[in-house]
Amino acid sequence: MPTEIEQVTMHGVPSHLPPVVSVSKTHGRAAQQDPAWLRYSLIGTAMAIIGLLIIVPVVSVFYQAFAAGPGVYWKNLTGDSDTRHSIYLTFLVVPVSVAANVVFGVAAAWAITRFRFPGRTLLTTLIDLPFAISPVVAGLMFLLLFGMQGYFGPWLREHHIKIAFALPALILVTTFVTLPFVARELIPVMEAIGSDEEIAAISLGANGWQMFWRVTVPNIKWGLLYGVILCNARAMGEFGAVYVVSGHIAGQTDTMPLRVEKLFQEYNNPGSFAVASLLTSLALVTLFIKIVLERKTQQELKEAAEPQAST
Amino acid sequence: MMNTRRILPGMRISLSITLFYLSILVLIPLIALFTKASSLTGEQLVKAVWTERARAAYLLTFGAAAIAAAIDTVLGLLLAWVLVRYEFPFKRVFDSLIDLPFALPTAVAGLVYSSLYVKNGWLGQFLVPLGIQGAYSRLAIVLVLTFVGLPFVVRTVQPVLESLDAELEEASACLGATRWQTFTMVLLPALYPALITGFALTFARAIGEYGSVVFVSGNMPFKTEIAPVLIVSRLEEFAYAEATAIAVVLLVASFAMLGVINLLERRTQAANSSAH
Amino acid sequence: MSIVVKNLTKHFGNFTALNDVSLEAPSGSLLALLGPSGSGKTTLLRIIAGLEGADRGLVLYQDEDVTHQSPKDRQVGFVFQHYALFRHMSVYENIAFGMRVRRKPQAEVDARVRELLHLVRLEGLGQRYPSQLSGGQRQRVALARALAVQPRILLLDEPFGALDAKVRQELRQWLRQLHDEIHLTTVFVTHDQEEAFEVADRVVVMRAGHIEQSGTPQEVFDHPATPFVMDFLGNVNVFHGRVENGMAMLGALNVAYPEYPHAESRQATAYVRPHELDIEHTPIGTSSLEVRVTQINPAGSVAKVRVFSEEFGLALNVDLNLERYAQLRIKTGDRVFVAPRNVRVFMPEAPDYVI
Repeated sequence: MPTEIEQVTMHGVPSHLPPVVSVSKTHGRAAQQDPAWLRYSLIGTAMAIIGLLIIVPVVSVFYQAFAAGPGVYWKNLTGDSDTRHSIYLTFLVVPVSVAANVVFGVAAAWAITRFRFPGRTLLTTLIDLPFAISPVVAGLMFLLLFGMQGYFGPWLREHHIKIAFALPALILVTTFVTLPFVARELIPVMEAIGSDEEIAAISLGANGWQMFWRVTVPNIKWGLLYGVILCNARAMGEFGAVYVVSGHIAGQTDTMPLRVEKLFQEYNNPGSFAVASLLTSLALVTLFIKIVLERKTQQELKEAAEPQAST
Repeated sequence: MMNTRRILPGMRISLSITLFYLSILVLIPLIALFTKASSLTGEQLVKAVWTERARAAYLLTFGAAAIAAAIDTVLGLLLAWVLVRYEFPFKRVFDSLIDLPFALPTAVAGLVYSSLYVKNGWLGQFLVPLGIQGAYSRLAIVLVLTFVGLPFVVRTVQPVLESLDAELEEASACLGATRWQTFTMVLLPALYPALITGFALTFARAIGEYGSVVFVSGNMPFKTEIAPVLIVSRLEEFAYAEATAIAVVLLVASFAMLGVINLLERRTQAANSSAH
Repeated sequence: MSIVVKNLTKHFGNFTALNDVSLEAPSGSLLALLGPSGSGKTTLLRIIAGLEGADRGLVLYQDEDVTHQSPKDRQVGFVFQHYALFRHMSVYENIAFGMRVRRKPQAEVDARVRELLHLVRLEGLGQRYPSQLSGGQRQRVALARALAVQPRILLLDEPFGALDAKVRQELRQWLRQLHDEIHLTTVFVTHDQEEAFEVADRVVVMRAGHIEQSGTPQEVFDHPATPFVMDFLGNVNVFHGRVENGMAMLGALNVAYPEYPHAESRQATAYVRPHELDIEHTPIGTSSLEVRVTQINPAGSVAKVRVFSEEFGLALNVDLNLERYAQLRIKTGDRVFVAPRNVRVFMPEAPDYVI
């Protein structure tokens, strides 16, 4: 409980306005203060940890990518047709997976937060499940279904449908691995916002789609975007699952992370780091957007909490 | 919450989409996995999952994951403490950089970690002469898993530490406790649930990690081969049944971890809600 | 052990929380710091405990200067507004905490905890956790925990603030009894004047970082030193008017005011408590006001009557005891006369004013 200093009216009569100065926020409490030597050594250690584990590797990626100059870097990225294809493939697979997970995430969050039905908790657990499954195992599962020796393998071959070692499998596993992100982000947001506004919209005569687009979507947009960003980052970087189902056919089924590995295996370090630097830049952009969105979602949740608090 | 089934639209369509999607992507593949594993006889199963090479791989996978998770728990507590309690320049930048391991593709992490700790790498040039092999070794696996799991503990502990009432520390001080006693007897016990959850999340992630480890470990059977790498190499030999059997072992371990996490979260929530 | 505070000043940024505050709590007294939010009462309590440092001034326990001692060395019992119980510890361990950190032998800890559980009437609840207790029980655990370390003084921050009315009433009386038993110098903070007056033997009224008035509850209540104290201590009716020649002229009311014998007319404000107004069906003496009854609310031990004077555009609150109310048989809309039994007149301070 912060020590409150509330506004005092001119006559000294207390008014019940929110605190204008909060002691605990602007001034550390004496009993929480650590001695300076401890403070500085802990801050130093924390900076060293982040520096060694995170900053040095990131700088190193760019350093090694640009070691032979920007000209070579550009050539490494664009000169190799297999690398070009891997970039194209990643930018094809990721949006499809993310879009699928957005539709699923919104539907799942709607069902879970707006209705009560048996098996609701089980459903929530099922949504989390892909996080607990090793990507390699995920890839294996789809191979067992669609691979040559898989359960649907012979039937698919008969009908000349290629799933394993082809684009559909890449999309399937990427979607699987990133399945929880959007739903997990939306469920708490929609839970907090509650259904009052939606019920009001329906009672005013809106149909389902009108309610969804005019009330639900504006309320959850930042949380949704946040989920999309996380989902996108993971999809972009997915390696293990894609590795298992891709068959590593250069120029056909290699995504960017797989390309990084292949170039690395071929001892083409500059090429490998060039692709890695592109992925790292995307990660840094993701972080930046994430910070902005975090602030927005927190605001969304706070706004949702306020009217409840006043009743 | 009241039952809004009669008022709000979309129950049938949203639930249908959800169930259909989960069936196609999660349930059917999982069933395929367990069906495949159960097609092995008991003897074959044991032979597949309990070879000397597989045992070495499990030991390394779980051992390295546990060590990395333990390191991350200590580092995570320290980072969370510093970020919540102290002010320093570029604090926000440092705070957001902690999420980088979530955003950075694991292949990139593996690639750069393998290059940093070799003999002529940026860090290896100092460490290798001291006999510390930070690349293509078991240490390399622990290092990269520590990187991959770093955000989990920080992000579970940080909000709990932020919400701790300053009065707890003041009460402790008034009762005559030293700062250290307050930390060990009052603060740390309040953080245990978050620390354990963070540890479990890191551990679960580390067990399944493949992309980064495959770059840095060297993947030597019996020495630096982790279970996911073993699965892949069995697959490349087209030994699907064996690969599946090992996958089931990994899966069961991960599910157990998930169960523990859920249990802890529910307990923490219950404790928090009954206290107010 | 007495507590003396000398010339304390405390700023938070631009905000002055305490401005040159001095007070004394005699040994064994039970003192209430009373004031609205932002008056500095909690800051003062926290400085006495050492939880906050003062910018200027001294804090003494008896004759010992403790201004620069840390809270850990001051040996004070502090009860927090929201109790600050350690939720991962049982009631027993919460109470034992202060002795554990001093590494007292288990036998001594055990004996003391039992004694305190008895004192706060929580025998048998030692193994419960804070989350399993009611608000009032938590409050008593917090008090037992503070008392366990044999504190030199006891400080309580809004001790009953978070409790519902009934429990609050019980605990007040209990705290008073407890204090009479253990005679520990006690300071508590409250914004509730009833609480301060019922429990404390000295009341210090604070406002905007300084002390408005201090004294026994009777003194403060009967002789409020300033309009603020008057206003803060309860519902009052305010009359604006003038004073001259030993009289205060407040619209229809004229009362003697011998404190101001001068001829020069000055502005003044008069305050009358609701229970100090009387209602009659006929004019009372020369100074009564004709009003219309607008609302009657017989609530509890008094009937709260609201009246309105059309002539002066003035709404007044009158508290009648039920006997008198029954006798008068007034109803809404009646024309009646009100007259004060007691009036307090305050003049705005004027620096150029010379007696």
